[in-house]
Amino acid sequence: MLDDKDRIFTNLYGLHDWGLKGAMARGQWDNTKALLDKGREWIVDEMKASGLRGRGGAGFPTGLKWSFMPKESDGRPAYLVVNADESEPGTCKDREIMRHDPHTLVEGCLVASFAMGAHTAIIYVRGEFIRERERLQAAVDQAYEAKLIGKNNKNGWDFDIIVHHGAGAYICGEETALLESLEGKKGMPRLKPPFPASVGVYGCPTTVNNVESIAVGPTILRRGAAWFSGIGRPKNVGTKLFCISGHVEKPCTVEEEMGIPLRELIERHCGGVRGGWDNLLAVIPGGASVPCLPASQCDDLFMDFDTLRELKSGLGTAAVIVMDKSTDMIRAIARLAYFYKHESCGQCTPCREGTGWMWRVLERMAEGRAEKREIDMLLEVTYQVEGHTICALGDAAAWPVQGLIRHFRHVIEERIDQYAAKPAVGDPLMVEAAE
Amino acid sequence: MPLIKVDGQEIEVPAEYTLLQACEAAGAEIPRFCYHERLSIAGNCRMCLIEVKGGPPKPVASCAMNVRDLRPGPEGQPPEMFTKSKMVKKAREGVMEFLLINHPLDCPICDQGGECDLQDQAMAYGVDGSRFKENKRAVEDKYIGPLVKTIMTRCIHCTRCIRFSAEVAGVPELGATGRGEDMEITTYLEKAMSSELQGNVIDLCPVGALTSRPYAFQARPWELTKTESVDVMDAVGSAIRVDTRGRAVMRIMPRLNESVNAEWISDKTRFIWDGLGAQRLDRPYIRRNGRLEPATWAQAFSAIAEKTANIDPNRIAAIAGDLAGVEEMYALKGLMDAFGSPHIDCRQDGAKLDPAAGRASYIFNPTIDGIDTADAILIVGSNPRQEAAVLNARIRDRWRRGKVKVALIGEQVDLTYSYDYLGAGPDTLSSLVAGDHSFAETLAGAKRPMVIVGQGALARPDGDVVLKLAAKLAAGGEHDEGWNGLAVLHTAASRVGGLDLGFVPGDDGHDVIGMVAAAAAGEIDVMFLLGADEITVNALGETFVVYIGSHGDAGAHRADVILPAAAYTEKSATYVNTEGRVQMAARAAFPPGEAREDWAILRALSDVLGHKLPFDSLAELRAALYRDKPHFLRVDQIEPGSVDDVAALGSDPGNPSSGAFRNAIDDFYLTNPIARASAVMAECSALAADRPASAAE
Repeated sequence: MLDDKDRIFTNLYGLHDWGLKGAMARGQWDNTKALLDKGREWIVDEMKASGLRGRGGAGFPTGLKWSFMPKESDGRPAYLVVNADESEPGTCKDREIMRHDPHTLVEGCLVASFAMGAHTAIIYVRGEFIRERERLQAAVDQAYEAKLIGKNNKNGWDFDIIVHHGAGAYICGEETALLESLEGKKGMPRLKPPFPASVGVYGCPTTVNNVESIAVGPTILRRGAAWFSGIGRPKNVGTKLFCISGHVEKPCTVEEEMGIPLRELIERHCGGVRGGWDNLLAVIPGGASVPCLPASQCDDLFMDFDTLRELKSGLGTAAVIVMDKSTDMIRAIARLAYFYKHESCGQCTPCREGTGWMWRVLERMAEGRAEKREIDMLLEVTYQVEGHTICALGDAAAWPVQGLIRHFRHVIEERIDQYAAKPAVGDPLMVEAAE
Repeated sequence: MPLIKVDGQEIEVPAEYTLLQACEAAGAEIPRFCYHERLSIAGNCRMCLIEVKGGPPKPVASCAMNVRDLRPGPEGQPPEMFTKSKMVKKAREGVMEFLLINHPLDCPICDQGGECDLQDQAMAYGVDGSRFKENKRAVEDKYIGPLVKTIMTRCIHCTRCIRFSAEVAGVPELGATGRGEDMEITTYLEKAMSSELQGNVIDLCPVGALTSRPYAFQARPWELTKTESVDVMDAVGSAIRVDTRGRAVMRIMPRLNESVNAEWISDKTRFIWDGLGAQRLDRPYIRRNGRLEPATWAQAFSAIAEKTANIDPNRIAAIAGDLAGVEEMYALKGLMDAFGSPHIDCRQDGAKLDPAAGRASYIFNPTIDGIDTADAILIVGSNPRQEAAVLNARIRDRWRRGKVKVALIGEQVDLTYSYDYLGAGPDTLSSLVAGDHSFAETLAGAKRPMVIVGQGALARPDGDVVLKLAAKLAAGGEHDEGWNGLAVLHTAASRVGGLDLGFVPGDDGHDVIGMVAAAAAGEIDVMFLLGADEITVNALGETFVVYIGSHGDAGAHRADVILPAAAYTEKSATYVNTEGRVQMAARAAFPPGEAREDWAILRALSDVLGHKLPFDSLAELRAALYRDKPHFLRVDQIEPGSVDDVAALGSDPGNPSSGAFRNAIDDFYLTNPIARASAVMAECSALAADRPASAAE
């Protein structure tokens, strides 16, 4: 349980003033210049020491990522790109930051850009986030007005922020697709290497970070790496925004310490699972793209990167989707499969062809209109997609299906048996086969 | 060079190699669809996945990673790759399965069948059965022009066609709409493609999604006889392969020749073949009472003999056309010499090129390969995009790699790359020579400058002055050793060969313009047209015209006697391209009906006319030719011109007139008798004419 004094996002629910005045009252923009005066290296080292892992899903150490940026410019400018294309189903943490605490992000951009020698930060906002974009732009304008950013600002580091509005494509949340989209091209992921730190937006060194990773930066630097790394569990430290949705009494986004037990998270902040803990069927612990976990694994589940990885799932964006026993798991995963089929960019073969295949098989399985050997075939298809694509969308499409088959194979088999016993009326072929 | 290990075998490869190239260097075969060595890397088909030791536990797209990105082993062992491991086999099978699930598998009715990458690789790397029980995706076909037929259901989205049109052709008309499995390749609103290199997407397409529309359902690759030859549609001399079934040419494909056309050919080269079967002259004709009537060879010959008996040598003339081979020009020249006539010419357009000024004065001295290293390019009175489309792609390729300045004097046209427009006419050229122009500094500072002179700048009364000015520009400045920057860009395949032969007026002889004028004035009694259709044939007055050629075009309409000859696919003939490169066209089919090879017609005719030529076979003709002009013997080589000749040519240029340059070609698709007989070319021409002018400029 996170103490109130340790919260970074103190206006997560919009109870106070989102604007500059309110933000300053909450401690943001408090002598940012002093942070910058300590130098680039100090900031990067402090971020490394804090143990902050990227909040976008992959959990890559943020300080380390910043350190990849060239120390000396070869003539090309460096860029910070903030990924605010938050589209992972179930995830709504960056949205809350931009709505209610935008100055954490604006200040974070300045600090992070300074740490990587960038004079420009571009914030790529999801297309559907219209009010959020307006709020963020307003906050940026306030910061310009107050000379906190811009040319010759009070903080001594010439700095511009561009708020860019996307067009609402999930794939543009992939960092290189985001860069392509920024450049005005189709949002299709690039081949890596080269990585953005050497060739990013407009061919210049670029770091792409999640909104939350950037927004927590200034507070970590003010309160010290030791404070941040003291929260949570080993290697999985700090505070984290959890978004709990689905079959809980009170779905919410809440800042908690990393590694909080799932049950505590749900019961303390969300009023518990609908119909009681025993009514829990499964959770998807990290946004739609990580494999689900059955209730049997949820009792003593620590919500952090490494615990979940050991269970062959992942923390992802920490968007917990709770499903109680009324849920049709096959249909639920089929719906996710449809999402990935719809959002695949179509560039590379396994994802383009595999996502549609998986979705169609799952749709049949949801009805039971399948054969049991197709379960293994489906599993094999997921492995043919996973790891064979340019970006991680292929993996993201494969994992939920793998989770389903890993934990709910019996449900699929039962469904198939049921259907075989009583095929749908109006399907003469099946009737004939059954007779 | 870093040391790597491929399938256990150690090999040193350059660090900039991709893993795919490295594996191939080690002898391993890597399947691929999207990768093409002349296009940018897309890495999207995922067929070339290999296993790399020490990396993440997943296969790597070998086309998209460089050797320098590999990490050595923990104790500094060379990085290791596997192309035959279980992981790789599994990955290939998986990708192949995905490619095939939505592919229609309609190979029996697919024109790509038999030469399909997907078919071949499915055999080599796929599994035998399908596990896909859902409905296959169907995609509506797109209209993208009269040349390329689409069956988009077959598309595997490798994007080679998109990359080709954007990168090589420089006309980014193809693109993908939609995403995921709904992604479709199309032109914008199904507009016809306008590139003159668009046919190459047919070869690039690894499946049967883009096929040749004129060739659709005509033949199967395995029933075609393939003959390697060279193209005569322009003066580039692209390497082609002529595919025939029986007597009919079924299609024309490019052949690899790195020094000339790489592996591209223009649409005219590729789709001309329907013109080879239309409007053919398949028997001799004699004009009687104003009408052309069929005749026998003997009748035709004697009709000519009647007119040439005891003729004054000054009243007989000959013009060689744009598609004539060296052999027939040599035979015709021999015949005219025997008559003692000085009136011969191979420059139908009236270009002011004179072989007396040395070979360097009329060839593309820097060579097409030289474009790759040029550091400044000035184009004078030419639209290379139309006059030599493949060569223009080479210039574009050079331009894309940067550090080159391109400038143009003449008509302001879209060349698919940007250039400095200097001016419209020879005044600008003069001011460049005088150094009064900003681009003059660029040229003077260049180590490998190129001055490309088009026929539009030469086929005008002051063409010789323009050539001298260009030579002066090309010769000025400090250049790399052996660099000769004067590049005459011809439009006619026969031209350099004709100039090499000296098929130009002798002492007091008329050139083409003079001949036509003399004929109109009644000073010429007999005129031989060796496939010459681009002159104003209606202005020949009462002259007795003998037309030797393959197609019923302008020359045949005016002729008094027609002697049917062979087209370029029907004879073994020597052509010299604009670089001066001697190349051999091969016979792929026989001429139709009673038509014969041109040299044989001239040899037989010479006997009847009483000036028997001293050879009885093509071999004997060539032996004589090689004795006279030994460089014709050196096939595929260039007899270089002399830099000093260029300097001498440019020593005293004189003053040109002021009229603006007009490009040599008005209609890319209709430049010669074969093209004018082709229905496909006619359709392309009509489409191009309908295109708004803004798109063409």
